[in-house]
Amino acid sequence: MNLLDGAVRWLNDPLNWQGPKGVPHLTYEHLYITFFAVLIGAVVAMPLALVLGHTGRGGGFTVAVTNVSRAIPTLALLTIFAATAIGFGNRATIVALAVFAIPPLLTNTYVGVREVDRDVVEAARGMGLSESSILLRVEVPLAVPLIAAGVRTAAVQVVATAGLAALVGGGGLGVIINDGFGQQDRPQILAGGLLVAGLALVVEGLLALVQRRVTPGRDRGRLLRRRSGGAATDHPDRDVDHRVEDEERAVTVP
Amino acid sequence: MALSYGAPIVHASGRVIAADEPANPWFTWQYVRDNSGDLKSALITHVELTVESVLIALVIAFPLALIAYRYRRLAGPILGVTGVLYTIPSLALFAFIAPFSAFGLRKRTVIVGLVLYALLILVRNMLVGLQGVPEDVRESARGMGYGPGRMLWKVELPVALPTIMAGVRVATVSTVALVTVGVVVGEGGLGQLILRGFNNNFYRAEIVTASVLTVALGLAFDLLLSMATRLMTPWSRGRA
Repeated sequence: MNLLDGAVRWLNDPLNWQGPKGVPHLTYEHLYITFFAVLIGAVVAMPLALVLGHTGRGGGFTVAVTNVSRAIPTLALLTIFAATAIGFGNRATIVALAVFAIPPLLTNTYVGVREVDRDVVEAARGMGLSESSILLRVEVPLAVPLIAAGVRTAAVQVVATAGLAALVGGGGLGVIINDGFGQQDRPQILAGGLLVAGLALVVEGLLALVQRRVTPGRDRGRLLRRRSGGAATDHPDRDVDHRVEDEERAVTVP
Repeated sequence: MALSYGAPIVHASGRVIAADEPANPWFTWQYVRDNSGDLKSALITHVELTVESVLIALVIAFPLALIAYRYRRLAGPILGVTGVLYTIPSLALFAFIAPFSAFGLRKRTVIVGLVLYALLILVRNMLVGLQGVPEDVRESARGMGYGPGRMLWKVELPVALPTIMAGVRVATVSTVALVTVGVVVGEGGLGQLILRGFNNNFYRAEIVTASVLTVALGLAFDLLLSMATRLMTPWSRGRA
């Protein structure tokens, strides 16, 4: 318990809340890295996923991207980008983390568009909508809940891994943990861990609320369980959860 | 990216005004030969950490999934707690555990962190797999006089096996990648070499060799487990 007291004391020390290595600035840096990583990931992944989802091609491609990305250690990409012309620091971190934001965004957007009732799409086509209008005015709005789930998963994952930036000269709250290990300062390590974990849980909670808001009531139970590590990304071989959820839906919503 | 960095900067007059010195190639066999000992021991540590973590996680996840399956009311809390553990960043997880275990017990710190991380994936897939067993199948087994225990081992688990194994594969591959985060406590397997390369003036050959080995290890585990799944479920062969 001494250790916990130490961590609380560290967190209460006003010195740790000031300057470039103070908690507010590091938190800001952490969120800044996260925001731009997710933004770049979205800019790359979403148009691709929308087109693939609309045409119904590329299911195998999205699964492959997800599987391979899982095998790549974040640390490896962070250091590799740091050793290129990008240089080390926050910029390399943003690019490396953007790569890891792509798979959940890609998969969820793809599945979201794919899962839109084909009858609805046919009806839209019958009403004379062009293919691009079908995508933008029918499929995308209906896919919003799943896209939101993808953004949430990606953001939480990036917040969680952004801490590693400290190992390669970047900023963010990981600096506190890394410095703590460097100085063998256990209370500081623990305090840093609490801050990073807290931030991840807060981001998760906030985005869960956003996701709730954009998800129509009847889909909530089904879609909100699709959380980090959820159905859309969990199964390399087959989409087991879909089947299960569809069965559940068939029972509860006749 | 590699080209722009490796090539010398040439002035308009043709004079070389700056070059990377000494050469810092992305990969050389020379590096592999000179450091085969380090590479081998890092690889072995990496495999040990991965296998131990996944096995321990399996041992813990199995009863948890069974409890969640049998007592539906507990499924929510069990998935919730493992979900929170999954959301907590691995770095933070190591930061929680490390101060409590002495600095000498680095390996245990890493394994505890990795186990907590793999739990959600394993429990989730076991539960989904078991819940996916068709009621008809269970009904006919009951009709044939199967008790709950025999039903679990002879009917429910085999039917759920592909989903369970999918979870094991995802958990194993993720664990291989996550072991590298163990560098913060000085026990990161191949991650140790990745960071050493970084701290050694961006020693690219070291960074890339260790990174590629890590990815290859993950994919090798995945392949091995997928072959094991095929062997364990002969009835599904030719169907998928």
